[in-house]
Amino acid sequence: MASVRGRPGQRRRDDGRGGARAARDRAAWFLVLPALVPILVLSVGPLLYGIGLAFTDAQSGRTRSTQWIGALNFQDLVHDTLFWDSFRIGLVWAVGVTVPQFVLALGLALLLNENLRMRWLARALAIIPWAMPEVVVGIMWRLVYNPDAGILNETIHDLGLGDGRDWLTGFGTALPAVIVVGIWAGMPQSTVALLAGLQNTPHELHEAAALDGAGAWRRFRTVTWPALKPVALSITALNFIWNFNSFALVYVLTSGGPGGRTRLPMLFAYEEAFRYGQFGYAAAMGCVMVAVISVILAVFLAGRLRGGDDT
Amino acid sequence: MSTRTGRATRTGQYLALTGYLVFLAFPFLWLISTAFKPARELGSLHPTWIPDHPTLDNFRQAFDEQPLLQAAANSALAAVSAGVICVAIATPMAYVMARHRSKLSAAATGWVVISQAFPFVLLIIPLFLVLKNLQLINSLAGLIMVYVVWSLPFALWMLVGYVRAVPAELEEAASVDGAGRLRTLVSVTAPLLAPGIVATALFAFITAWNEFFFALVLLKTPEKQTLPVVLTHFIGAEGAADLGPLAAAAFLATLPSLLLFAFIQRRITGGMLAGAVKS
Repeated sequence: MASVRGRPGQRRRDDGRGGARAARDRAAWFLVLPALVPILVLSVGPLLYGIGLAFTDAQSGRTRSTQWIGALNFQDLVHDTLFWDSFRIGLVWAVGVTVPQFVLALGLALLLNENLRMRWLARALAIIPWAMPEVVVGIMWRLVYNPDAGILNETIHDLGLGDGRDWLTGFGTALPAVIVVGIWAGMPQSTVALLAGLQNTPHELHEAAALDGAGAWRRFRTVTWPALKPVALSITALNFIWNFNSFALVYVLTSGGPGGRTRLPMLFAYEEAFRYGQFGYAAAMGCVMVAVISVILAVFLAGRLRGGDDT
Repeated sequence: MSTRTGRATRTGQYLALTGYLVFLAFPFLWLISTAFKPARELGSLHPTWIPDHPTLDNFRQAFDEQPLLQAAANSALAAVSAGVICVAIATPMAYVMARHRSKLSAAATGWVVISQAFPFVLLIIPLFLVLKNLQLINSLAGLIMVYVVWSLPFALWMLVGYVRAVPAELEEAASVDGAGRLRTLVSVTAPLLAPGIVATALFAFITAWNEFFFALVLLKTPEKQTLPVVLTHFIGAEGAADLGPLAAAAFLATLPSLLLFAFIQRRITGGMLAGAVKS
């Protein structure tokens, strides 16, 4: 408290009340601890523990005799072609979902930003995929894709486009089919975020540009997009990460089949850990996933910072 | 601006919007249609959009086949507890993060962002081992603990936004009027914050109600499992499924989160947006 008296001007600027800093800090800690302890114990702790496990031969059932084996799991992973297959599938899935999802969401956001009549209905419908449990989304699309009783093949048949097929079990169609579901499921969040971004751009800029004779595309490129770019980059980065790490949707749709064609990295790691009990090995996979995601995120953020410079 | 939009553009916009409406709605309409179809119609070679003889048989059969009521009770318990505990511990922390600039706030904000990138395998294996040692595998208590921490980042994110929206000047005015710190919090800040706290709690509830991965790993016996896990039991080992009851159960499982979400949607999007636009 004596130190407070030594620099009163600074105190005053800090909180405008001139209260004792030590007391305030103690109060702050008191407020923070109820959340901080669970975070450290159940989130940060397990994360570090998980990274540690990646360097052991931990298996379910014999965790007491776990040995430190250094980087052996990672050496094995490098040669595990099944893992790299799933990794490649994960990247194809994440890009295949994130990019069309963004384009579609941007289109819908632009439409919803116009003064159209069915706007409220679109907004209401957009809630559905967002609020649904992923398991139900998966089940729902299984019903759509069902080769006999599903509506997709029936529609294809009705339109005279052939007999349709068994989408989720075909080697060539399974991954595209689950990607479509991923796009459907994640579109609302992106739409809402982009819509907010649009509503934050000053209306006068549009009007000025329109008066100058700028067409729709030119207005989009010179006025809308620069204002939207920060939001667009944030949600694209987040969506990519979420998609790469996703599990429930594909677990319900295909369980990773047929023949591993839709086995995302999370499904692979889940099987390795909880079907085959290879905890250490699965943890090593998790570490590789974090590393790759961090690199991608860093590249993205670097791009974003550069983008921030020239606007 | 809309007056300048030409008729052709307008038509194009309505066409596009209709396309979106169809794409967004048709899977859900199909789910509902399937849920109310009698077995005979489900087996027909040419499925129809609207059931000829709508029935509730599928719902009855769904409850007969799987312990749905028990599962719904488990889900409700887990989700309510997670929602309540989550905001109870997150609100004070969010308050500090919003009002005091310190290293702690910066670290917490960093953690909120980074935690979005964890692949859950890296968390679930150690959590599984820890909970096993604590005898909390196959117990809702263990699952609730995981859900609380899992919902915390987003809850903090939302709550910080809500606290910032309460003008600090109001609190200062109260303290100038002689109200103590606690008194200010209770009688000035809390009422203004209440709607945000409720929205956050409901969001944590929905998140937990919908969650699948942790529940799948941590809950072993059918009488302990939550609704999403029990739903997957309708899908047989070979992927064969009794479509009617499956659709009926899936439809029922969606209703609570759908209704709550419709109720708080504006607040959530507002909270989410504040974050997305600012960051």
